[in-house]
Amino acid sequence: MTAVLEATGIVAGYGEVEILHGVSVSIGQGEMVAVIGPNGAGKSTLLKAMFGLIPTSSGRVQLNGTDITNQPPDRIVARGMSYVPQTENVFPSLSINENLEMGGFTRSDGLSDRLERVYTLFPDLTNRRGDSAGKLSGGQRQMLALARALMLDPDVLLLDEPSASLSPKMVESLFEKIGEINSSGTAILLVEQNAKEALSLSDRAYVLATGENRLDGDAKGMLESEDMARLYLGE
Amino acid sequence: MTILPDRYAARLADARDRYRRLGDRPGAIGLWALIAALFLWAAIFQTQLFVVGMIVGSVLALGAMGLTLVFGILRFANFAHGDTMMLGSYIAYLLFTGTVVGSQANIDTDIGISLDQLPGATSKLGDLSFGYGLLIAIVLAGVAMALFSIALDRLVYRRLRRRNSSIVIFAMAALGVAFSTRALMMIIWGPDPRRYVSGIHLAQHYPLDIVLKTDQIFIFVVALALALLLYILLFHMKLGKAMRAMADNADLALVSGINTDRIIIWTWAIGGGLMAIAGGLLAIQASLKPDLGFGLILPLFAATILGGIGKPQGAFIGAMVVGVTQEVSVEFFSAGYKPAVAFVILILILLLRPRGLFGTTS
Repeated sequence: MTAVLEATGIVAGYGEVEILHGVSVSIGQGEMVAVIGPNGAGKSTLLKAMFGLIPTSSGRVQLNGTDITNQPPDRIVARGMSYVPQTENVFPSLSINENLEMGGFTRSDGLSDRLERVYTLFPDLTNRRGDSAGKLSGGQRQMLALARALMLDPDVLLLDEPSASLSPKMVESLFEKIGEINSSGTAILLVEQNAKEALSLSDRAYVLATGENRLDGDAKGMLESEDMARLYLGE
Repeated sequence: MTILPDRYAARLADARDRYRRLGDRPGAIGLWALIAALFLWAAIFQTQLFVVGMIVGSVLALGAMGLTLVFGILRFANFAHGDTMMLGSYIAYLLFTGTVVGSQANIDTDIGISLDQLPGATSKLGDLSFGYGLLIAIVLAGVAMALFSIALDRLVYRRLRRRNSSIVIFAMAALGVAFSTRALMMIIWGPDPRRYVSGIHLAQHYPLDIVLKTDQIFIFVVALALALLLYILLFHMKLGKAMRAMADNADLALVSGINTDRIIIWTWAIGGGLMAIAGGLLAIQASLKPDLGFGLILPLFAATILGGIGKPQGAFIGAMVVGVTQEVSVEFFSAGYKPAVAFVILILILLLRPRGLFGTTS
């Protein structure tokens, strides 16, 4: 299977503090891959490094075969990868429609077509187009954040703990939506605390610990493995 | 330990809780009511001062909107805004008259080339006190100040951004820019007041006992038109929406694929252009003096904070409030207290609703 996104030996961190000590992940076309691991394992840092938000001091990130290591985020977005941060992932004073327009900022053509496609995917947002995003509930905000990231119809979507601080019911419909997006052909790299849910949704998974690859393999297999249950699923 | 019986203490705690849950909403309602009452009273009982206040406010608004844009997008208090506004009006003066201070006292030097040499450039347009030459000069000063602001960003603020400097360092740098700009104006044009156009400009009488110079009406119309253009830019154009997005959440703007460096350049260009034109309009009905810019800082900041930092629509209303209050105060206090009025407004907002009329809690 050809990898749409491939990161090899990523070393990155904040200033002098090195968080990732050579992490590798790869996502195939249309695949759903989970990255799980305990707090402080470097899951979010990995996403930021791949998206050019923090400098990668060693290692390589390739998107559709092109080297994008340390490229600025606006170039990466234009090349077909989007990212949804964990918190503060909508523009509160902009309307829902304007939030989506910002998601499609790098392209000037076909805006209305793309808007309609995203509204079809998220019908709840349709009749609230003019409302400011700050008025939305936590769950609706996550939906809008997803919708914003889908405006350019990316090949890969990076999601940083989308279920954090949502009610169980919201988590369920959010994961349902993520599955729907994935089955329409968008590859997804999902970072989650909620390991069980993430694994049951994904094709494959990576387990990170203290900034290094610990395990990887088939997600269903991990879900059934006793070691995993003991170590990471809290059973 | 409490000195109240338990049930009273509980009731008191309840009431306090309920009040706290209201947050600063009572403050906002109070502030709006206060503004509405002030405007209504001033419009009816102090019509002349009210009208003049609106004119002053409209020019202040151009400066305040530029200030609030910079504040929202670059996240620092640009204390140089008043002085650079003044520099804009001096650049218009230079372009129009070609005059700089001479090597000897009281003798100016003419650089030999200026817009007032254009045929008919000084002949008055209608009832206005100036000709088209000055208008061109002010527009060109807007362009010059847009470029100057971008250069200043490259030279000073971008370096601080790359070092992740704290907002205190940014504010200190801005203060340094303010002092340098003032010194520069002092060196080039000297400390004495200058005027765009000399001579007497008579006021006209209007209904309701309003007396206005045609210049003042012109200033008001231009300021409102520019404010409207800025509104259209911010709410109906892609660039403006990206500016608002960046003011909301700069990290998310970057992640969305917005080239935030380019947005910063546009912000300085728009803020610089607006400040120069505002400075030029102000100088049409007053004189130019290098240290006048410093006096603008207080009303500009009062307007910006009243409206909510980073909110151009708020800065516009804030500037109108400051303008009207300052002018109306003349009826009660000596005009020397005008700056104090802005200060009192500032204190009132910080007490009632620190985030201002349109501000959001972060």
